[in-house]
Amino acid sequence: MDKLRRTMMFVPGANPGMLRDAPIYGADAIMFDLEDAVSLKEKDTARMLVYSALKTFDYSSVETVVRVNALDAGGDQDIEAMVLGGINVIRLPKTETAQDIRDVDAVITAVEEKYGIQVGTTRMMAAIESAEGVLNAREIAQASSRMIGIALGAEDYLTSQHTHRSADGAELSFARNYILHAAREAGIAAIDTVYTQVDNEEGLRHETELIKQLGFDGKSVINPRQIPVINSVFAPALAEVQKAREIVAGLKEAEAKGAGVVSVNGQMVDKPVVERAQYTIALAKASGMEVD
Amino acid sequence: MKINHPATAGTLESSDIQITLTPADSGTTIQLQSSVEKQFGEQIRAVIAATLTKLGIEEVAVEANDKGALDCTIKARTIAAAYRAADNKTFDWEEINAWIN
Amino acid sequence: MVKNKLNREIPTPYADQYGVYGGEFANIRLYNEHARHIKPVKPDHSKLVASIHDAIVATGLKDGMTISFHHHFREGDYVMNMVMAEIAKMGIKNLSIAPSSIANVHEPLIEHIKNGVVTNITSSGLRDKVGAAISNGIMENPVVIRSHGGRARAIARGDIHIDVAFLGAPSSDEYGNVNGTKGKATCGSLGYAMIDAKYADQVVAITDSLVPYPNTPISIPQTDVDYVVQVDAIGDPTGIAKGATRFTKNPKELKIAEYAAEVITKSAYFKNGFSFQTGTGGSSLAVARFLREAMLKQDIKASFALGGITNSMVELLKEGLVEKVIDVQDFDHPSAVSLGENADHYEIDANMYASPLSKGAVINQLDIAILSALEIDTDFNVNVITGSDGIIRGASGGHSDTSAACKMSMVIAPLVRGRIPTIVENVNTVVTPGASVDVVVTEVGVAINPARPDLIEMFKHLKVPQFSIETLKEMAYTITGTPEPIQYGDKVVALIEYRDGTLIDVVHNV
Repeated sequence: MDKLRRTMMFVPGANPGMLRDAPIYGADAIMFDLEDAVSLKEKDTARMLVYSALKTFDYSSVETVVRVNALDAGGDQDIEAMVLGGINVIRLPKTETAQDIRDVDAVITAVEEKYGIQVGTTRMMAAIESAEGVLNAREIAQASSRMIGIALGAEDYLTSQHTHRSADGAELSFARNYILHAAREAGIAAIDTVYTQVDNEEGLRHETELIKQLGFDGKSVINPRQIPVINSVFAPALAEVQKAREIVAGLKEAEAKGAGVVSVNGQMVDKPVVERAQYTIALAKASGMEVD
Repeated sequence: MKINHPATAGTLESSDIQITLTPADSGTTIQLQSSVEKQFGEQIRAVIAATLTKLGIEEVAVEANDKGALDCTIKARTIAAAYRAADNKTFDWEEINAWIN
Repeated sequence: MVKNKLNREIPTPYADQYGVYGGEFANIRLYNEHARHIKPVKPDHSKLVASIHDAIVATGLKDGMTISFHHHFREGDYVMNMVMAEIAKMGIKNLSIAPSSIANVHEPLIEHIKNGVVTNITSSGLRDKVGAAISNGIMENPVVIRSHGGRARAIARGDIHIDVAFLGAPSSDEYGNVNGTKGKATCGSLGYAMIDAKYADQVVAITDSLVPYPNTPISIPQTDVDYVVQVDAIGDPTGIAKGATRFTKNPKELKIAEYAAEVITKSAYFKNGFSFQTGTGGSSLAVARFLREAMLKQDIKASFALGGITNSMVELLKEGLVEKVIDVQDFDHPSAVSLGENADHYEIDANMYASPLSKGAVINQLDIAILSALEIDTDFNVNVITGSDGIIRGASGGHSDTSAACKMSMVIAPLVRGRIPTIVENVNTVVTPGASVDVVVTEVGVAINPARPDLIEMFKHLKVPQFSIETLKEMAYTITGTPEPIQYGDKVVALIEYRDGTLIDVVHNV
């Protein structure tokens, strides 16, 4: 079953104060940032700090992601330190081609082999932040078996498109839909871009409703205060949960009987529908709804 | 590890510690200023000293300005300062990982 | 050395003089109320005197007497410094001062202590430099820390006998009718000052807004006032609201507030007609915000909000979500304005607010109190007076009063502050006994006092992580390491009175 990835919270890698508390705000994933949030001359200290935090704090309640630097800008050291620290996912910024992914994959494999970690343990995701990246999204999404998702980074992308963010997001509709298709084709998650106006709760809610309707799994988050808003938008409707419970009950019944097909009220239910129902139950639980 | 010149890592922000290492003729001295000196001064000195020992640095003057950093931050700042002072841009992660906790 | 019920060591002479803490209500006994000495005022007499100097002369203030002040101007107070400077100039020594509290702005006190003008202090709290100086041991006699209810009790019972009260009056007429809602520096409620006015032998009203007779509303009546002095300024209005927080954006404070609000709204107390009190910290104000949402959603109204009042309470009153605001002190300007304008916003004195020896304080009618803490220990004891370094920097306030009397007291605090654990093995100083504390709320979850099995049952299905207080302490120590105990000296620098007048703890010098 798919992991919940409604919210992925950015945590600047250079700031010791925020590293420890990051898991308490209810984000499904936290993303330590060694890239844009860290100045060029502090790459070494931030990498060391995040590594030390990974070795010390209990992050088991969240999925840990790290945004590394490009391979020619210290990314190889980032990857070695983070894989050793036990990071779940390496996120590659500014991904343009499938080759970018394969290059990083190779570095991760080398590190895993060097330290006797089972190859493939460390997962990957790609952030797409340019026209080229968007158009290559299909190949990027399928470039490595480590891939768990692709994320849209709208700020740089829109600059390259000669435009900027608007309230209705028309300028992002192609990129969002294309990335979403690439993700679905590859069977991985699609994560929407950040909403930068941290005090505009209504705007965030509106945008989250839009991307949820499109089919995105979640959104990147730059402030913990955004998490409850996004999570509440992703909370399933009661009717949805009720239907999902029936399907899951049907599944259990089928398993008990050793039947190959799941049926609910006499109707056969396809496997993707069953999986979606399981996801809905998980979502309902994470949203604090009574499920059992 | 041999340190060649003074180097600093860390900031003076809350929950951080700024560590400056300077080559010395003999032995390790630690000058600590801490907002939590009374409760944690000895522990902070011990963490810095142990980290330097692990790095094989024996002759150094340490100046530490602590704003309530946790041990993992103190270790990270000490190691980063040491690599800077030794002009070593490529960390030996295998070695560090062998002893950090 | 005598050990009190909490195993805190109280040096024998102080134990003999005050008695030692023996339980929340163990020392509530019958008593005769303290009577004041009155100089009657005849019809042709004027109370107006030309200066603070003349007022001091008129009162006959002399060495060894006790004088008092109120702290309603908080960090904006000019009165105590003005009066003390004049007293020092006149060469009067060996005074006991009994302000309702002491703020950072009262730093000149340090000089008055060094020069022997002030030799005894009782106060709710000590801040910053004054607190540090006291902790360093500059006074011969320990400061007596009293809660707001405890101070009212001490004055009513005669434990504190005030010879002269110098009371800053935002407005007064020439005959001494005083209120806090009109004038240049309005502080709103004069709840703490009203007690001084009622029990002091002599009362000097010091105002910068002399208004025609009769000044109404009357918070302190002419029958309690001996002299009226007009000065240029009694306080800085911006200082009155200093430290009063606006709605917090700090995610950790919001998380704590979210959990606290969940506890309140899922409690049996949360129903029409419930009552509550909140503090002024960021989390505390955020709780009020979350409560508001829940009240609107579930169509629940509170019968009253009590306290230290902030604008967030006033907004609930205006919205009709709270029917009455009962006000002993205001923390910001909108609250002071509301007290003057809204008949459902009602001023009370400290005796009615919180005294354990009154004929029933308002806190006895209170459902829920949300309180803060510097430290909480595994016996649920709370410290709000000394920092983790052992230095006096806080205030007792209404903490021990409210938590003892209300139906559910909640102490909200982060698990750690920087590298300092908030949940500890043993608090440096006990102000509120664990018996009074029902729920501790942190950003990682809550701990319910095992002494309240009814609450444990009530919150069985609460959607907030629940831990034992020991587990919370372990979580804190895992992050910070185990702190070394503070090395205190042998000198007692402060006595911590419980609200009933017994000693719950003492503070040594550092």
